[in-house]
Amino acid sequence: MSDTPATIAANATPPRMARKIKGLSDRAIAWIFVGPTIFLLLAINIFPLIWTIRLSFTNFKANRINREPEWVGLRNYERILTDTDIWLNMQATAHFLFWTIFFQVLIGFTLAYLINKKFKGNDLWTTIIVLPMMLSPAVVGNFWKFLYQPQIGLFNYIIAFFTGKDPSSFEMLGSVNLAPWSIVIVDTWMWTPFVMLICLAGLRSIPDYIYEAAEVDRASKLRQFFTITIPMVLPFLMLAVLFRGIENFKMFDLVVQLTGGGPGSTTELTSINLKREAFEKWRTGYASAYAIILFVTVFGLASIYVKALNKVKER
Amino acid sequence: MNNYKLASASALSIAVASMASTAQAEDLTLCWAAWDPANALVELSKEFETQSGHSMSFEFIPWPNFADRMLNELNSGGKLCDLLIGDSQWIGGGAENGHYVKLNDFFDAESISMSDFADATVYAYSTWPKGTPNYYALPAMGDANGWFYRKDWFARDDIKAAFKEATGRDLAEPKSQKELLEIAQFFQGREIDGKTVYGASIFTERGSEGITMGVTSALYPWGFKYENTPGEYDMDGAVNSPEAVEALEFYKEFYETATPPGYTNSYMGESLDAFKSGQVAMAMNWFAFFPGLYADPNTGGDKIDFFVNPPQNNAGSTLGGQGISVVAYSDKQDAALEYIKWFAQPDVQSKWWDLGGYSAHNSVLNDPGFKDSAPFAGDFLEAMGSVQDFWQEPAYAELLLAMQKRMHDYVVADQGTAQEALDKLVEDWTEVFEDEGKL
Repeated sequence: MSDTPATIAANATPPRMARKIKGLSDRAIAWIFVGPTIFLLLAINIFPLIWTIRLSFTNFKANRINREPEWVGLRNYERILTDTDIWLNMQATAHFLFWTIFFQVLIGFTLAYLINKKFKGNDLWTTIIVLPMMLSPAVVGNFWKFLYQPQIGLFNYIIAFFTGKDPSSFEMLGSVNLAPWSIVIVDTWMWTPFVMLICLAGLRSIPDYIYEAAEVDRASKLRQFFTITIPMVLPFLMLAVLFRGIENFKMFDLVVQLTGGGPGSTTELTSINLKREAFEKWRTGYASAYAIILFVTVFGLASIYVKALNKVKER
Repeated sequence: MNNYKLASASALSIAVASMASTAQAEDLTLCWAAWDPANALVELSKEFETQSGHSMSFEFIPWPNFADRMLNELNSGGKLCDLLIGDSQWIGGGAENGHYVKLNDFFDAESISMSDFADATVYAYSTWPKGTPNYYALPAMGDANGWFYRKDWFARDDIKAAFKEATGRDLAEPKSQKELLEIAQFFQGREIDGKTVYGASIFTERGSEGITMGVTSALYPWGFKYENTPGEYDMDGAVNSPEAVEALEFYKEFYETATPPGYTNSYMGESLDAFKSGQVAMAMNWFAFFPGLYADPNTGGDKIDFFVNPPQNNAGSTLGGQGISVVAYSDKQDAALEYIKWFAQPDVQSKWWDLGGYSAHNSVLNDPGFKDSAPFAGDFLEAMGSVQDFWQEPAYAELLLAMQKRMHDYVVADQGTAQEALDKLVEDWTEVFEDEGKL
């Protein structure tokens, strides 16, 4: 009895559980490959998370190793949620997030739209524009600190030139009203190119034939912009907002360099405040509760946002 | 065969001898902040290396990161430092958390007497609990916050005449805090040699300890106390007393009317920059910097003079300085203790002062020639007679950062009143001491 092609094929691939390499089953091989990753994930992400949750119900202090931590129940959470200073930090963070994203998306998209037009030297301009985001935030912070210096800073001189004011009459970093904006300006200067690059990728992904069809239908440029360009770039824009939102929620180094959280606590973002609680005051239990609250907030907001993003992509 | 045995025995003896000497000679690491006195200590320590056979390595951390870096090291039981010259505020935590070796037995065995050192420095840099004869450090670097000014400007006839006309008194080193402000306001915005200058550079830094060290330089002369009854943590009525409110309002007025623009986050470095660049007539800073300032080719020498933090209701200076401790996690504690024994000797202390370190040894300070040994020596002695330090509690960092926030909110960010700032500070500190189980 000769083998049919079907039997040959069947014999060539032995039943899944029966396959063995050097005595190891498929399942064992799979565990060898995936196991270390799962172990690392548990060790580096899951265990610390569970441990942080546990610590958040204690008064543990990492610098007081001789002192036995006590279980304090929800006291840390209660203190954080009723602390007006922390709400002010949250407000400062929200202000920073909103305005940086607003300006970065607006300017980034505009730049991408202009760069996308074919003109001589647009590659050179792209390179020049993306330079700021290649610098270290610490360097950028120091650099702008000098620019904002009331006596010798170029920024003050430029503003003074246009407003007729004395350059040393206003302090960008020392004024309660101006300091938050001074950080928004620097972050926008640094990260707008990132948004521009994402928008540029979106704009270049739109096939030319769509515009050609619109031209045939005699659609105006404005109509093409609102009915083709914006909807097709929107998922990219939303991705840029997601990336920048997550990044700016964690913003630390730039602000520390520029204002150190001051004047007073005007620019003390939650990340700076959390670092102070955890690693300067060493209130580990309290800081753990703080971190959990922030984690839940960011996770919740990001989940809602990602759902919205998926809906936009499906359209 | 005999020759073979002899050669083997000789080789073995040499090997054992060399191993023995290797075991005795240690490479000690001393940790401190990166500043002028640290360089002086490197120079001084060469003598110890020659005498002891140990070699010295140094880990100097810039001031802004010093506390973070070193406290992380101690909290993690790190072995980087065998010797640590740590801030006075750390002594409580260093002792209670077991970071520092208790030195009483060693002092007794080596006949090192704490009465050989200035009382204020022993109290501040060495003891925990405060004032008890439990020693965790040897006073290493006496320091206090003081002032320096442009002596050449103060001596100019045109400026003297203008000051007399404006205030009705002679321009001279201030005898009170209010005179200090008056002089600073006089110089604020004045044109000298075609350049606009300002009154004084003061501490306003937010991140570490700057503004607290500055504000307390006004609070102490007004009679500020941390507690009504020492050791009772009864702060209400002391921390937020009417005198404290007045002193804080004074500091804010000083900041708003007599400092250069842009100095909203300034501490030691910024104060030095403002003075050395010729921007200010006066500046506050730690005595530790005064030898370097005097040696500065542009604004030092006969252009500079120094004065102690002026009194108001009483004399009072903010304490700086540090003691030297042996780190409990070091494997080379015996060699580290040898260093302390060597450092405590009067002749070494004398060289320490000559090199630019501030000795706290009585043989140096009580020497009849000490006051004239440097233009700031007399002021240093005077300052050390009235110093006060911040809380030295194990929870000092929480207490300090709370004060940083409340002071910066009021003085620089102009939020609320002085009374509110101090009342909130009492609330913050009460919560810390409640958590500590002390209230």
